[in-house]
Amino acid sequence: MRSTQRVAVSVAVVGLVAAGLSSCSASSGGSSGGSKTLNVLMVNNPQMEALKLVAPEFTKATGIKVNFKDLPENDLRSTASTEFAQQANQYDLATLSNFEIPIYAKKGWVADLTKYTSDPKSSWNGKDFDQSDILKPMATSLTVNNKIYGEPFYGESSFLMYRKDLFKAAGLTMPANPTWQQVAGFAAKLKKGSTAGICLRGAVGWGQVMAPLTTVVNTMGGTWFDNNWNAKVNTGGFAKATNFYVDLVKKYGEPGAAQAGFTECDNAMIQGQAAMWYDATSAAGTLVSSKYGSEIGYAPAPVEQTKSSGWLYTWAWGVESASKKKDAAWKFISWASGKDYLNTVGGRTGTGMGWANVPAGARASLYTNPNYLKVASSFAQPTLAAINSADPNNTGRSTHPPVPGIQFVDVAEFTDFGQKVSQQISNAIAGSTSVSSALNASQSIAQDGVKAYKK
Amino acid sequence: MAGAVINRAAGRNKRAGGLLSAAAWVIAVLFIIPILWMVLTAFHSENDAAKNPPSFFAPLSMSGFSDFWAAKPIPPLLNSLTASLASTLFVLLLALPAAYALSIKPVRKWTDVMFFFLSTKFMPIVAGLLPLYLVAKNTGLLGNVWALVIIYTSMNLPIAVWMLRSFLAEMPIEILEASQVDGAGFFTQMYKIVVPLVMPGLASAALICFIFSWNELLLANTLGGNTAQTAPVFLTGFVTSQGLFLAKVCAASVAISLPVLAAGFAAQDKLVQGLSLGAVK
Amino acid sequence: MTTASLDPTGAVEASTAPPGADPETKRRARREGWKRRLPLMPAFVFVIIMTQLPFLATIFISFSNWTAFSGNKGFAGLDNFKTVFQDSDARSAVVTTIELTLLVVLISLVLGIVIALLLDRTFRGRGIVRTMMIAPFLIVPEAAALVWKHALFNVQSGLINGSITQFYNWFGLKNPPQPDWITSHPLGTIVTALVWQWTPFMMLIMLAGLQGRPMDIIEAAQVDGANTWQIFTKMTLPHMRRYIELAGLLGAIYIVQNFEYVYTITSGGQNTANLPYYIQQTFFAGTGEYGVASAAGVVVVIGTIVIATFALRTVLTVLKEES
Repeated sequence: MRSTQRVAVSVAVVGLVAAGLSSCSASSGGSSGGSKTLNVLMVNNPQMEALKLVAPEFTKATGIKVNFKDLPENDLRSTASTEFAQQANQYDLATLSNFEIPIYAKKGWVADLTKYTSDPKSSWNGKDFDQSDILKPMATSLTVNNKIYGEPFYGESSFLMYRKDLFKAAGLTMPANPTWQQVAGFAAKLKKGSTAGICLRGAVGWGQVMAPLTTVVNTMGGTWFDNNWNAKVNTGGFAKATNFYVDLVKKYGEPGAAQAGFTECDNAMIQGQAAMWYDATSAAGTLVSSKYGSEIGYAPAPVEQTKSSGWLYTWAWGVESASKKKDAAWKFISWASGKDYLNTVGGRTGTGMGWANVPAGARASLYTNPNYLKVASSFAQPTLAAINSADPNNTGRSTHPPVPGIQFVDVAEFTDFGQKVSQQISNAIAGSTSVSSALNASQSIAQDGVKAYKK
Repeated sequence: MAGAVINRAAGRNKRAGGLLSAAAWVIAVLFIIPILWMVLTAFHSENDAAKNPPSFFAPLSMSGFSDFWAAKPIPPLLNSLTASLASTLFVLLLALPAAYALSIKPVRKWTDVMFFFLSTKFMPIVAGLLPLYLVAKNTGLLGNVWALVIIYTSMNLPIAVWMLRSFLAEMPIEILEASQVDGAGFFTQMYKIVVPLVMPGLASAALICFIFSWNELLLANTLGGNTAQTAPVFLTGFVTSQGLFLAKVCAASVAISLPVLAAGFAAQDKLVQGLSLGAVK
Repeated sequence: MTTASLDPTGAVEASTAPPGADPETKRRARREGWKRRLPLMPAFVFVIIMTQLPFLATIFISFSNWTAFSGNKGFAGLDNFKTVFQDSDARSAVVTTIELTLLVVLISLVLGIVIALLLDRTFRGRGIVRTMMIAPFLIVPEAAALVWKHALFNVQSGLINGSITQFYNWFGLKNPPQPDWITSHPLGTIVTALVWQWTPFMMLIMLAGLQGRPMDIIEAAQVDGANTWQIFTKMTLPHMRRYIELAGLLGAIYIVQNFEYVYTITSGGQNTANLPYYIQQTFFAGTGEYGVASAAGVVVVIGTIVIATFALRTVLTVLKEES
């Protein structure tokens, strides 16, 4: 008798626990949704941090709440690729780059936004989004088969930043269109004590060391692959450029170059520890208010065999195909990538705020905005020129892989083999391996990476 | 080090004793420096935090903590609290009866069962990560904190079973037998006699389960998404690829380590029992 | 000191009915068996569902040709396993995991013993020193990893290089060395940070062990003229053996699975990816190689089962000796 009682009570307890679990899960599952709440996945750059702070204005105007999840770039990429591949619907939209958007568009993972762009009624404030104001290279890199899959939040090319005062003191002048050989010569003369001649990215990551390096490869006549997906990494221009780059950064570059990325070089420039820096045009806004801000000059990306060699990159909004809130997502995009947004953050102070730090490189109208030009006069035109000279479909190389892209090869596998090759190059910069053995290893990594395409 | 033995036993050889005490202090200081530096950096401005040589005496600033606060830490902290406390509660509810069936009235081959439990701790969690992700996705549990509660419960249950078993095994069997003669049922017996007697064991099991759940990153990162983001995942978001972040990372680290530090300091001895699966008391 | 024992109650399995017993006895015995099993069942079944079922699914996926980017393209046979064994990254992850675990467990064990011996005496501030020593274990691992990477090892803004500069400045010296710790010693930095966090754990178990020494016997040996070294090697160490084994085993269980430190400090660079990091990356980064990652997972589990069988036997002796 007693034993049956015990059985009954045990079963009841287990049942209660189970019921509790399921009811709790049901109730908290509900709180994550609601048609008036958007879940946004984004990279945690300062421009996005600023967006987070002004987002309540969007909510006030539209009644749409926004939950942000911001992650460092590498985490964002792996989270986004799982999320979009699975169409898991944890997020409605995400910051994706012009690397991901064409790939995701071909897979059907991101939604076609074309119809929204021409429909003022669908925007957050009922005004025209003005798609024609989006800089052409940006719009092109986010368009697949004449359909628009992403809208740029901000965009960038690359250029050379240098300290005019140090150049003057050393009796040097920066030419209007410097070559890499000239830059190496300057770096040798400018390196003094704790001041590096030039700061270049050396950290692991296809978006780190491989981005500037690949632009050097392009202008030295190299390529990752030929038109038939044969890897060309340990020969010709690729080898020449890598030897040049590694040599330059080892001899005249910053200390700890193998760990250095955008942030480290940015700090070095701000603290006056580097005389030159070849990196993203978006860096200029962070330098202008620093101690040496007024001494910084801007020159186009150094070249050798091509006319220009800047990269093209944008963080753009992509909407997940599985999202059930696409209309609300577009309202958010039309706000964040809209014309008025620049005024929203331009007039404020704080992280990523102020006119010097507004999301630039996306809209042509910004470059005629007097408020912007007041603080950005030194770099606004160099930035615009750099972006307009970057053409992902024509880098000026004689051989190139059968997909577009300047500082990357636009296939999904590139995240993997680009990462592994960056590892090899970073090791060469650290001195733990030679450039030639790094390139030989990279050659087979790259060839293996595209085996699915090679016939 | 052998000197310590003599010193404790006899209390002579004062000079050697002084040296050994000094050595203990030096080592302890070395171990605490990273934490002190973390706390000091948390109270510096971003610019002072990145200085070389370090600015030990820079003016104190709350900017790191205000950046941490501006990032809205309450939802992730609440998620961590829910995941840790709820999973700890479920672990104890499941582990106590199991420990009873493995000690006081043991089932057949109870040693095998014990080793089965421990062996699951050897299995790398990552090996089951994809299936867990897919199941969570298809049951709508992705981004739901209760998915983490369920998984943390299974993660900590084996440890708790081992610990509680070693506590129950020491219980005077006569008390239980007496209670059975009095006609107490399983639950009465549990509630009235077993629970009060193994209270110290329950407390250290709870402490350990809480700490391990609070600290967990891999599963939370994979399954938590936006809505069930936990504190350690939230912490990773402070490292930016553009701009300075040292002060706010340190401020956030201090803030999310505080609950564990407080719990651990308050119950140092429980920590030992818990970590050694109850073998050391 | 009280110790756990495997079978203190001396309980004999009551449900084993003697052979040839009448059906009524057998039935009663069976019912008694189930009555005993019932409290165990919820935990047992739950653990099986949560740990064994996902692993079965992993085995299933490991035979499929499935990536996040191209979807599931059917049966792959042993291809994924071939890839795992031929992949130098996977092999390096195995080596790194073994290296990392052994180094961290051994170094923190030795440090833990030394510190426990130092603390096993009465001196001024002993309580404070003990508390200071425990603190590293109570920092959230991800927070600790971030602090080590950015606030201590960083070549520019880290405390270590900063202190070197400060030191040189005090003596009026120029050009202080500023080593790039993470690049030049990638695994070393991870080991350092992990040893810092796990030494307190080892120390705590060792302290408990030291407190359980039979002091009367040790004092008798001293009276008999045994020297300090003899007492340490002949009496203290043998007594501590089972604690050392226990601490080593438990430390190994936790450190083998460590993900945060590799993920944060080096992101797996320069051959520092351990198995948890390698598998996580294969699943979720790049093209999402579900089949290959699952195959790697299966290999890891088989590997750990082999090691665990050996290690579990050690636990068994540890716990048996205690009774």
